[in-house]
Amino acid sequence: MALSDDDVRRVAELVRIGLDESEVKPLGEELSRIFSWIEALREVDVEDVAPMTSVVEMQLRERDDAVTEGDCRDRILGNAPAADEGHFVVPRVIE
Amino acid sequence: MTGARTIVGATGEWELVIGLEVHAQVATRSKLFSGAATEFGAEPNAQVSLVDAAMPGMLPVINRAAVDQAVRTGLALGAEVNRFSVFDRKNYFYPDLPQGYQISQYRHPIVGAGELRVDMPDGRARVVGIERLHLEQDAGKLVHDRNATDSHVDLNRAGIPLMEIVSRPDLRDWEEAGAYLRKLRALLRAVGSCDGNMEQGSLRADANVSVRRPGAPLGTRCEIKNLNSVRFLMRAIEVEARRQVAVIEAGEAVHQETRLYDPQRNETRAMRSKEDAHDYRYFPDPDLLPLCLSEARIERLRDSLPELPEAIRERLIGEYGLTPYDASVLVAEPDAPGFFEAASQGRNGKRVANWIVTNLFGALNEAGRPLAESPVSAEALGQLVGLIEDGTISDRIARDVFGEMFQTGASPQSIVEARGLRQIQDTDAIDAAIDTALAANPGQLEQYRAGKTKVLGWFVGQVMKATRGQANPALVNARLRQKLDADGAG
Amino acid sequence: MPSDLHRLGVAEATARLAAGDCSAVELVEACIAAQEAAAGLNAVVTDTAEQARTAARHADQRRQRNEARPLEGIPVAVKDIFCTRGVATTAGSRILDGFVPAYESTVGAKLWDAGAILLGKTNMDEFAMGSSNETSRWGPVRNPWSPADGPALVPGGSSGGSAAIVAARAVPAALGTDTGGSIRQPASFCGVVGLKPTYGRCSRWGIIAFASSLDQAGPLTRSVADAALILQHIAGFDPKDSTSADLPVPDLHSALQGDVKGLRVGIPAEYRLDTLPVAVGDLWERGIAWFRAAGAELSDVSLPHTRYALPAYYIVAPAEASANLARYDGVRFGRRSTGEDPDDLYTRTRREGFGEEVRRRIMIGGYVLSEGYYDAYYLRAQQVRTRIAEDFQAAFREVDVLLTPTAPSSAFPQGAKTDDPLAMYVNDIFTVPASLAGLPAISIPAGLDDERLPLGLQLIGRAFDEATLLQAAAALEAAVGTVPSPAGSA
Repeated sequence: MALSDDDVRRVAELVRIGLDESEVKPLGEELSRIFSWIEALREVDVEDVAPMTSVVEMQLRERDDAVTEGDCRDRILGNAPAADEGHFVVPRVIE
Repeated sequence: MTGARTIVGATGEWELVIGLEVHAQVATRSKLFSGAATEFGAEPNAQVSLVDAAMPGMLPVINRAAVDQAVRTGLALGAEVNRFSVFDRKNYFYPDLPQGYQISQYRHPIVGAGELRVDMPDGRARVVGIERLHLEQDAGKLVHDRNATDSHVDLNRAGIPLMEIVSRPDLRDWEEAGAYLRKLRALLRAVGSCDGNMEQGSLRADANVSVRRPGAPLGTRCEIKNLNSVRFLMRAIEVEARRQVAVIEAGEAVHQETRLYDPQRNETRAMRSKEDAHDYRYFPDPDLLPLCLSEARIERLRDSLPELPEAIRERLIGEYGLTPYDASVLVAEPDAPGFFEAASQGRNGKRVANWIVTNLFGALNEAGRPLAESPVSAEALGQLVGLIEDGTISDRIARDVFGEMFQTGASPQSIVEARGLRQIQDTDAIDAAIDTALAANPGQLEQYRAGKTKVLGWFVGQVMKATRGQANPALVNARLRQKLDADGAG
Repeated sequence: MPSDLHRLGVAEATARLAAGDCSAVELVEACIAAQEAAAGLNAVVTDTAEQARTAARHADQRRQRNEARPLEGIPVAVKDIFCTRGVATTAGSRILDGFVPAYESTVGAKLWDAGAILLGKTNMDEFAMGSSNETSRWGPVRNPWSPADGPALVPGGSSGGSAAIVAARAVPAALGTDTGGSIRQPASFCGVVGLKPTYGRCSRWGIIAFASSLDQAGPLTRSVADAALILQHIAGFDPKDSTSADLPVPDLHSALQGDVKGLRVGIPAEYRLDTLPVAVGDLWERGIAWFRAAGAELSDVSLPHTRYALPAYYIVAPAEASANLARYDGVRFGRRSTGEDPDDLYTRTRREGFGEEVRRRIMIGGYVLSEGYYDAYYLRAQQVRTRIAEDFQAAFREVDVLLTPTAPSSAFPQGAKTDDPLAMYVNDIFTVPASLAGLPAISIPAGLDDERLPLGLQLIGRAFDEATLLQAAAALEAAVGTVPSPAGSA
């Protein structure tokens, strides 16, 4: 499985990782090498095999509907690189 | 009108195709995956847990009440409740989405196909297919007006439980869309799974709109996001459809895109933010296990449902003989069926329903008040209809009396007495008024005698005018006819 | 005369403290001094000596009041992936520069509640992605077994700092996390015991996520008994982690007693690689012989899908990581680059904040989940995972534990494999299958190769049967006898 330059650019954009144009080709080659190794999975017969959803047989546990946390604005904002009047701040969003 | 509205453009007629995605906030105290409060109107970021802020190492734990309400809503929609459902991560970057993904349900929603019946004023009904209902997290809120260069992020809404209810593209005009949303809101309120408060954002709709030549294949659709009132929904759909017709008729193509509705300018515009061509890279959230529902739990939730709008509607039609439309309008307001049943005690239900739907709702709408704050009680409205039914006042007088009731809150009897509006039943008084009218209008009398019997109606009007509308019209009619014919014989 | 308290294991130190032979302050001071002496290893990235001294004084006071808890006064180093309240936590990444959690991981909190004392946050591969501790933003860790006159060797990874500092006798125990071998492989490289519990046995709450369906916390110690002791105190149900198992934790100490007569030990045929170094193969044979000599029943078993484990892992883990690491966007915590708009901010922050291997794995994860590839990669990998789990289930119908090498080689020089991701990934070939199946597994130092570098043997147990696993491990440890300390230890 070979990744094209466009594949590399498209995925980098999806996952929001900046990429210099000079990096596109080498990264594509490296990922292609990894994917050709991964191709081995095609040999496995997975007909009617359920995908693993949980490694252990368990039921999803549900919690009671109660307010137990959340009134902690200082703890929430304490690590923020930019905060103002109780808000996180980001560069202007244009919708 | 036998069908839905269409748009007539320069080149002919266009049909609309509409599907709605409604986001209903599940009525819970705490969030879908955290113990933070959901109450409306808190200080910014005061209802945000470490989980909601997506701090490193935080994990989601699901709220049982949100699951229960989704199941109850699904049952109320007559939909299939899936015994096995899965929470997926929907991956995208946006400042109001702290995790970088929304926990939603994609491949295996909690509720599958159902339907909702919508009645239109012309007696037409539309059964709208519900494709699915799934649970998901709400995002936070961006505030743009604090300064010119930044946006501010408030995460109070982040993680609030939402039910996304997706209709099939079965709606054919904006009025049907409005009626659908009202009907759905009534259902949610009756079930108690959502308060339906659109001003506070508890209920929002995204509308997928496309146009086509009647009967032609589907056109390209646009999605109008975040419509937060029934009125805006209807207006947005109409202007968007008209825009699409204009685009196509100008020889251009409609682009599939996400648009926003601007109520001030009554137009839609394309959103600037790009959305990665919608590649959300869904996959099952490994922090959560599949949700499995037991038969016993589903049955217990079914038993907990109140009488649903559809059943009430059937009952109103069957027991009281209401038209399907009036019955639908009544069930669309959560308190209206009860109001109706109280008002119609011992009276003609059809007439009472008509009074509520036409006069009371009209006046409330104009005054911007909910039914719960109506100055006219169910009892008083019943009394008013009673006065019509026993002949005390005519329909026309009743409308005046109702106007005063709505203004002052006074009882209909007291208004009728105080203003002397009681209908004249006394034949002597009516005869006297008839004699006066005949004597004063010899010309018209001559015409009648010459065979222009239509003049009879004109004389009825004269008599009614002379009695300030208080004469019993049926009585006037009978006496007048008798007098004229007797006169002619003599 | 310098104290040798830092050389004590958990059980010995606990006994000495209980007997009053030494104080917690003396023990902690000895470890602080040893860590300072071992500073050249670069194993500790955040020094917590001052708070450890305070905690040690409190521990001594509690003991004087007869309120000593089970691990009172025992210093434990913690991988920098565990969120520690008030202590910087970076997961080895620049993107978490300056991040100081306001919360403690559940596992950490349990340990401190049992009386243990945090002494040092340890170096690790960035976000636990690596098998050599060379992807850390804090630079590589030097394996204490590195020859004085030769190249610096890697300690393995990703819990390289934890393994190195325990091997260097500068702390009796450390916490690590294991996703595909990140506890066991560095334990093997550094000649210490490393235990990965069953997935769900220890809470993941407060541990920075790499791959949620695989991550599991566990101890690195110098004896099996110490590993059991630490696990006893960090294991258990946590309502804040939906994947935490609501099962009682067995008494692991008593499980260590008794022998392995009749214990059925399986040797998986597919682990006999042609490329296996002679020293590793020989050690494995010796392990088999030891068990046979101790009365265990040895048999060959087949795990047919073993060779697909690594490729499946390199789909599942990066896919989960690509979503787990989306929250590092420069908005709520950690490093932030300047950007003109939010997308620009994200793109730059993540480019500059993440190292090369992390960026590579996020790219792999984004690709395998993207539209059109999900079924071919992610879904198929999860199906293969089911097959691998079934292989183990079948094997465990025949045997009680499996014996394998931990890693295909001993420690290699820094820089030897950094240019070749695939060569690096192959380090986890024996550890990944048990991770994919969620099974408990332990690495025990079993000898030295001809370069006098430690090699470990791995035992894999049934889900939630850590008791049998530890019993077998203790028997193996006894058979191995005394393992030498590295030259680089204090």
